[in-house]
Amino acid sequence: MALYSEKVMDHFRNPRNVGVIEDADGVGEVGNAKCGDIMKMYLKIKDGIVEDVKFETFGCGSAIASSSMATELIKGKPLEEVRKLTNEAVVEALDGLPTHKIHCSVLAQEAIEAALKDYESKQ
Amino acid sequence: MIYADNAATTKMSESAVNAMFSVISENYGNPSSLYEFGQKAKEILERAREDVAASIGAQPREIYFTSGGSEADNQAIRSAAELGKKAGKKHIISSAFEHHAVLHTLNKLEKEGFEITLLPVHENGIIIPSEVEEAIKEDTCLVTIMFANNEIGTIQPIKEIGSICRQHKVLFHTDAVQAIGHVKIDVEDLNVDMLSASAHKFHGPKGVGFLYVKKGIMLTNLIEGGAQERGKRAGTENVPGIAAMAVAVKEAVAGIDANREKVQPIRDKIIAGLKEIPHSALNGDLEKRLPGNINFCFEGIEGESLLLLLDDKGIAASSGSACTSGSLDPSHVLLAIGRVHDVAHGSLRLSLGEDITEEDADYIISAVKDTVTYLRGFSPVWRDLEAGKTKFILE
Repeated sequence: MALYSEKVMDHFRNPRNVGVIEDADGVGEVGNAKCGDIMKMYLKIKDGIVEDVKFETFGCGSAIASSSMATELIKGKPLEEVRKLTNEAVVEALDGLPTHKIHCSVLAQEAIEAALKDYESKQ
Repeated sequence: MIYADNAATTKMSESAVNAMFSVISENYGNPSSLYEFGQKAKEILERAREDVAASIGAQPREIYFTSGGSEADNQAIRSAAELGKKAGKKHIISSAFEHHAVLHTLNKLEKEGFEITLLPVHENGIIIPSEVEEAIKEDTCLVTIMFANNEIGTIQPIKEIGSICRQHKVLFHTDAVQAIGHVKIDVEDLNVDMLSASAHKFHGPKGVGFLYVKKGIMLTNLIEGGAQERGKRAGTENVPGIAAMAVAVKEAVAGIDANREKVQPIRDKIIAGLKEIPHSALNGDLEKRLPGNINFCFEGIEGESLLLLLDDKGIAASSGSACTSGSLDPSHVLLAIGRVHDVAHGSLRLSLGEDITEEDADYIISAVKDTVTYLRGFSPVWRDLEAGKTKFILE
């Protein structure tokens, strides 16, 4: 039995939306290196829609896959929908995560929340 | 696949497989049975005991077969603690980077009223013998120090520690699970009272090991029942496993010099190659280490993702990151040699086998270099380090 689902491995091996948005409208960073996971989300927002999203992650396979999947789930979506994103939705889209890796999906949700907060504070 | 995780387990040697198979298929009798067929199994068992004893310079009656290294560690420490308790001595000395089979047993004893001193292992991962001597008190009943560390491969000054323990009349146990078959061991010469070993680390089968106990030291049973192992370890003996272990240990010990000559230069080549990666560091002493052990920290990346990508490239290795340890903290070994959490998460252990080649080494170096560079490419930690927002820890 493999450690992770095919979906997790796919997003880990070929992460979507990797990188930086230099003129991002909102940036959120969560986690800390001491615990072994840091996620950083960059949002470009136009007319209430997430026009672009990029991420950078320091972490394990499921942390990278969770960030990648989360960006896919919010890209092109209106903000009210993005605000409702839960970690469960990330886990589900990844066809599940091992129990001790659920916190990676929580981190992805929190990184997006932090980026939204940053965006809103600038409005 | 390049299997570079021999510290986790090894492939059984062909002769060990044959020895095991011959017992399973032909000599499956119970050594405790008195008919000829059972006695044949008993003969195999006792011949194995002789071979195992000879491999470490012990007497056959000083060898007790166990289910592996963990059981041997547990029994050695428990026994010394029992003896200590009877004499009113409840202080045990060990080190901060022992295997969990030792550390968890000591934790339990601490809860039972024992005082435990864990010695520092310093930046190079080597215990200083004089610090063992300074830690010995009137009521010290045991010193237990591993022969070679399972993660960073550093070899401890066992002979010096043994001689200090002798002078102070304190029992000395060593977990030699990683050392047997890589380092020459003579228990008499090394002043060792008890020694643990596990067959699957030297090309024997899993689920079998042994405990050497110097004549005259009273063992405490962990498993009660029949009179096997002179009444000190109940349960029908794992004769196939024991027979295979004896063959494996004989081969491994006979090959120590030749294997070192072959493997060590390849280890050093990989170490030199990985050192070229900026902001990386070798963990543990370069000289006093097992011939096949390589352990590095790479700043700005996390170990599990490195392992998964190396697996994709056909390299089986290991890491001390929290994600691979199943806890929130990275390896206690890396923390013990002073690596901070942030750096310890980005560790990689390669433990080479005797079949490793120069070509494998070249491939490993380039695969690790590429993967570390790739992961750093989208690591926010690395970005901050490079931008000067945070300070590099490793040069």
